[in-house]
Amino acid sequence: MTRRASLPRGVAAIVICAIQLVPLYITLTVALKPQTDLSSYWALPVRAAWSNFARAVESGGLIRAFANTAAITAASTALVVLLAAMAAYPLARSGSRLNKTVSSFVLSIMMVPALSLLVPLYVLLVRMRAVSTYWGITLVHVAFNLPLAIFLFTNFIKTIPRELDEAAVIDGSSIYGIYYRIILPLLKPVTVTVIILTSVAVWNDFQYSLYFLQRPSMRVVTLSISSFFATSGSDPHVAAAGAILAILPVTLLYVFLQRYFVKGMVDSALK
Amino acid sequence: MEALYKKANILYIPALALFALFVAYPFVDGIRIAFTNWNGFSRRFSYVGLRNFVRLFKDENVRASFWNTLLYGFGSTFFQQVLGLSLALFLDKKFPGRGITRTVVYLPVLISAVIMGYMWYYLLQYDGALNDIVALAGGEKRLWLSSAASAKSFILGVNTLQYCGISMVIYMAGLQNIAPMYYEAARIEGAGEWQVFRRVTVPLLYPAFVTSITINLIGGLKLFDIIKALTGGGPGYTTNSLATLIHSSYFASQMAGFAAANGLALFVLILAITLSLQAIFRKIEVQS
Repeated sequence: MTRRASLPRGVAAIVICAIQLVPLYITLTVALKPQTDLSSYWALPVRAAWSNFARAVESGGLIRAFANTAAITAASTALVVLLAAMAAYPLARSGSRLNKTVSSFVLSIMMVPALSLLVPLYVLLVRMRAVSTYWGITLVHVAFNLPLAIFLFTNFIKTIPRELDEAAVIDGSSIYGIYYRIILPLLKPVTVTVIILTSVAVWNDFQYSLYFLQRPSMRVVTLSISSFFATSGSDPHVAAAGAILAILPVTLLYVFLQRYFVKGMVDSALK
Repeated sequence: MEALYKKANILYIPALALFALFVAYPFVDGIRIAFTNWNGFSRRFSYVGLRNFVRLFKDENVRASFWNTLLYGFGSTFFQQVLGLSLALFLDKKFPGRGITRTVVYLPVLISAVIMGYMWYYLLQYDGALNDIVALAGGEKRLWLSSAASAKSFILGVNTLQYCGISMVIYMAGLQNIAPMYYEAARIEGAGEWQVFRRVTVPLLYPAFVTSITINLIGGLKLFDIIKALTGGGPGYTTNSLATLIHSSYFASQMAGFAAANGLALFVLILAITLSLQAIFRKIEVQS
């Protein structure tokens, strides 16, 4: 491409990026200004008020919230990977009528919006004494993130030649031996995809946490941040600092591991 | 071999058990609750027949939320396809800055929607960034979120911008899968830019259209976080989607039976829309 032709493209690219970055930029300038600074949100602060971040961490209980979120995300993701990788093997290999029914049941769950189940799900968790418990919210996340993961694992295992299984049977291996020693080690690429999709979904979750984590000490990051904004009279600059801290981990991970994030999305969409 | 694989069926039992407990059972129980006047916590309640369902059709707030749900669903989907496809076409050719643009457009997809909503709030509040520009241009500052029409447009717009990156990466992948020989053949036949787009690109992108539209539509119909963050459903009940209405009728108005009926309605709505969409796509596929 000639230089002349790439100039308008460059300008267009800058405009597009600017539009997408405006909310981030504004939140950042607000976060960096003290409450006494009444200048426009567009203006950069004269001197950065880093204390907003410290106050956000303290008043929002953000350290606790980050720890809660990390624990719930890690547990949910690990369980999703484990259960989905297990469930996918028979579903990918055996085309019996039973297994076809199971597969379409799993696919149909993907279409159920969790919200339509809010009332009965809440009732169930109350009965199980699982409201405001780590295991309760974790199991809910696992149940609703599992279908997509099973779908991805199943599609991936279908691409592994059956001859591998057959050769192992001839060598005297049991079906579980085959699964454990031959199939599992081959699942790395799709596991990366499932880990990224599940952990981002759980980390960013607001709805389920809003219903099922009602004790303040169990708040996750999204709940902490929303409590800044929902409480009238709270300092908008501190709230902005909290919001910036909240999105920082995923943003940094994305910048460094971008290829995997985008690949995960495309894989889950186009297969 | 088939007999051996049958033994492996045990491996999906844990997953099925979880679905039975957290999806199938609540689904059935939800139907039962929808026939009661339960308030969500009391031990006492009675079965009231179809009263909750009748109310669904009569209640003004439900009606408004229903139309809003369709607006958020179809509206965002439409604009996301326009933006996503334009961006994908724009980024299909190599130029300096292409990688960064893709990174930046996709970034909001990974940010929690509720926090994205709060970040936009700094632009839209009365002393916010948008009014600064309006004032600078000599206009009058406005309360952008206090009229229903304007609040709904911003909810739609914020959701569109946040998730247009999904359609963009799907279309980019779709464009890369089109073999260059199709374009060459079309050019040899003397087709112009527009004709190439219309006759080659669009038909070959068909699978990408199906996926992207489906994902965006389901996401838009379930919209919750951004509404909560930007308007909380207000002013009044005017910007609620069915999703946020279910939440407030259960937790704020203590009408669990009604909320459950509402949940069923949302479920049926999304199911009906996805199924008819699939039928439409299949029909198009057969025709072409």
